[in-house]
Amino acid sequence: MTSRTSALLSVLFALLLFNGPTAAWAQRKTIKVATQSPLSGEQAALGEHIKLGAQLAVEEAAQRFRPLGFDLILVPYDDQAKPEVGVANARNIVADPDILLVVGHFNSGVGLPASEIYKDYNLAMISPANTNPLITDRGYPNVNRVCGRDDVQGPVGARLAARDLKLKSVYIIHDKTLYGQGIADTFRHEAEALGLRISGYEGTEERANFAPLIIPLKAKNPDLVYFGGIYYQGALLLKQMREKGVKSIFLGPDGLDSSEMVKIAGAHVIGAYYTTVAGPIDAYPASAQFAKAFKSRFGKDAESFGMYGYDAAAVGLKAIEQAIQESKGNRPTRAQVSAAIRKIKNFKGVTGSISFDAKGDPEKAKYFVLRFDQKQYPGKVVKVVEQESPKARKP
Amino acid sequence: MEIALSILPQVLVDGLVLGFMYALIALGYTMVYGVLEFINFAHSEVFMIGAFIGVEILLMLESSGYLVTLNPAFILFIVLIAGMLLSGLVALGLERIAYRPLRQAPRLVALISAIGASFFLQDLVRLVESLWRNSFYLTYPTIDALETPVSLGAAVTVPVKSILVVATALVMLFGLNFFVHRTRLGTAIRAVAQDPDTASLMGIPVNRMVALTFFVGGAMGGAAGVLFGIHYSLINPYTGFTPGLKAFTAAVLGGIGNIGGAVLGGLVLGLLEALAGSYLSMLTNGAFGAEYKDVFAFAVLILILIFRPKGLMGERVREEAA
Repeated sequence: MTSRTSALLSVLFALLLFNGPTAAWAQRKTIKVATQSPLSGEQAALGEHIKLGAQLAVEEAAQRFRPLGFDLILVPYDDQAKPEVGVANARNIVADPDILLVVGHFNSGVGLPASEIYKDYNLAMISPANTNPLITDRGYPNVNRVCGRDDVQGPVGARLAARDLKLKSVYIIHDKTLYGQGIADTFRHEAEALGLRISGYEGTEERANFAPLIIPLKAKNPDLVYFGGIYYQGALLLKQMREKGVKSIFLGPDGLDSSEMVKIAGAHVIGAYYTTVAGPIDAYPASAQFAKAFKSRFGKDAESFGMYGYDAAAVGLKAIEQAIQESKGNRPTRAQVSAAIRKIKNFKGVTGSISFDAKGDPEKAKYFVLRFDQKQYPGKVVKVVEQESPKARKP
Repeated sequence: MEIALSILPQVLVDGLVLGFMYALIALGYTMVYGVLEFINFAHSEVFMIGAFIGVEILLMLESSGYLVTLNPAFILFIVLIAGMLLSGLVALGLERIAYRPLRQAPRLVALISAIGASFFLQDLVRLVESLWRNSFYLTYPTIDALETPVSLGAAVTVPVKSILVVATALVMLFGLNFFVHRTRLGTAIRAVAQDPDTASLMGIPVNRMVALTFFVGGAMGGAAGVLFGIHYSLINPYTGFTPGLKAFTAAVLGGIGNIGGAVLGGLVLGLLEALAGSYLSMLTNGAFGAEYKDVFAFAVLILILIFRPKGLMGERVREEAA
C-alpha cells in the first residue's frame, strides 16, 4: 500500500514540478524553499498548516527578493509522516541546488533521519514542530527549530499534575514512536522525581479497540492518564475511557493539539488537558495580523502550527537575505545560509522574538497548558511557561 | 488476583461486542463459501465500503443540521439500511464482474480475481474520498445519545452503542436464520449449496441464487461496517483488512460454510482477544503487553484447528446434509 501511495504521489509531484518555472523566469536566478510535512494521511490536517504558513511567508518575502535579482519559490513535499518517504524526499531536495532552506518536519521520527541527509550538504533545516531533544542535541550546524523541546514539555505536564492539580498517581500510555515514547519518558522521569506514583506504563499501536488497555487501567483507578502520542489514538483512547466510566484526568502533549480531538472524542473531550509548544493564535500578542493575512490568502482560519511554519520560513528567509548581502548579491551557498541562521538575533516573529543557541534550539521557548472547557478547539490556556532550552546533553 | 477477578465481567462483555462484529462479517465469507466453495477475499472491502457509506450519510446529516434534530434511533435505522443495501449491491457487482466469468476456471483464478478486486475497491474509495472530501481518513460524527455510558451491574460499564452492536447483530442473525431455513428463497440457496447441477434441473435459477447469496452476505458485511464505524469512530480505505482477516479466521474456526459456526467462531475469537488483551500483561508481569493479544488469540486458534480441523461445528460443503 505504501509503495502505491508514494508512486501515485511522486507522479503527481513530477507533474507539479515540470509545470513550475517557465522559460521567462529561467534567466533570473531562483531560490527555492522546500517544506516537508505530512500533506496526505492521518496527520495531513496538521502538516497542511505548516505548508500554508511557510507559503505565506515565502509569498510575502518574494517582493523583497525580486529587487535583489532572485525569484523565490516554495516547493512543498509530502513526507506522509513516514521516515522512509521523508528521507527519499530529502534526497530529491539536496539534489536541487536552488533549494537553500527546508521548513520541516512535523514528526520527529521523520525529521531525525531526513536531517542526516541535509547535514551532508549543510542544507539549512528549520523545524516548526519537531520537539524531540535529539533533533538539536546532535549539534549539527544546519539543524534548527523554532519550537520548544519534549524534555521541557513533558516535565511541564508533570509539574502541572503534581503541583497545580495535586494528583498522586498516573498511568502512562504511549504510541511507541520516537516522539510519543520520548515525551512519555521525560514526563515519567519528572513525575517520579515529584513523587507521583506510576501505576502503569504501556505502549500501543492500536487504532480502534482500546478496551484491552482500558480495563486494567480502570481497575488501577489512577488520578491521571498521560498519553504520549498523536490525536488519532489519543482521542479514541479518551473517548473509550470515558465510555467505560473511567473518571481519571486526561493529559497529553502537543500531538493532541488538533481540532480533530474534538471531532473524534465529542463531548468526552471536555476536561482533558494538553501541553503544547504552539499555543492558540490568540495567545500571542503579534498574531492578529498574521491570522488576518492567512485567512484572506487561504480562506481558512490559521492554526497554531501554521504560525510556526510561517515563523520558521520567515526567519530562514531573513537569514538568506543577509547571506545574499554578505556574498555581494550573488546566490549564497548552503553553508552560508546555515551560518547566517545561527547569527540571527531577536528576529521579530509572530510567535515571539527568535534567536538560536549554539545547537539550534530557540534560546527561549514558550510552553502552554490548555484545557478543553467546551466541545471546541482550541482549549483554554490555563498556564504559559517561558523557559530556556536546556544545555546539550550527550545523546 | 483480586483485580483480575473484578475486571472479568467487563472483559467478557467487551469480548462479546467484538465477537458479534466479527460474526456479522464472517457470515459473508461463510455463505459464499457454502455456495461456491471459494473465499471471497474482497469481502473485507465490502465491509469497509459499508463503513464509508455510513460516515458519508452521517456527515451529510451533520452538515445539514439534521444530526441533532432527528431521533437517533431513526438516524441509525436509515444509516444501517442504506449501508446494507449499497454494500449488498457492491457485493452483487463484484460477483457479476469479478467472479461469474471465472466460475468454470480453477478456483485459484477466482481467488486472484478476489485479491485484485480488493485492491481495486480500496483505491476506488481512496480516489473518490480524496476528490470529494480531500481526505480519506474520516471520522464518524458523534451522536451523543450513543456515547452515554451505561452501568450493567457494578463491574460493567459500556456505552449505549455497544449494546446497539449486540442488539443489531442478534436481530440480523435471527433474521438470516429465518431467511435461510424458513423461506423459499433460502431453501433454494441451500439447494444450490448442496448440489448446483441438480438444483438447476429442479428449475432453480442457480446464477440468481448465487447473486442473492452475495447480496445477503454483502449486506451483513455492510451492517458490520456501519457498526464498526459508529463504535470505533476512525475509518480509512484499509480499515477492512484486520477485521476481515479475523472474521475469515472466525469462519474457519466455526467450520466454513456453516452459518451457526461463523457466529460461534466470531464470539470465540472476540472473547479470546479480549481476555488476552486484558490479562496477558497482568499474568506475565508486563513482559507481554496488550498488543500480544492477536498472537495469543491466533495461537489458540491453531491449537483448536489441530484437534478439530473442520472447525468447531464442522464444515458444510456440497453433498452433505445442510
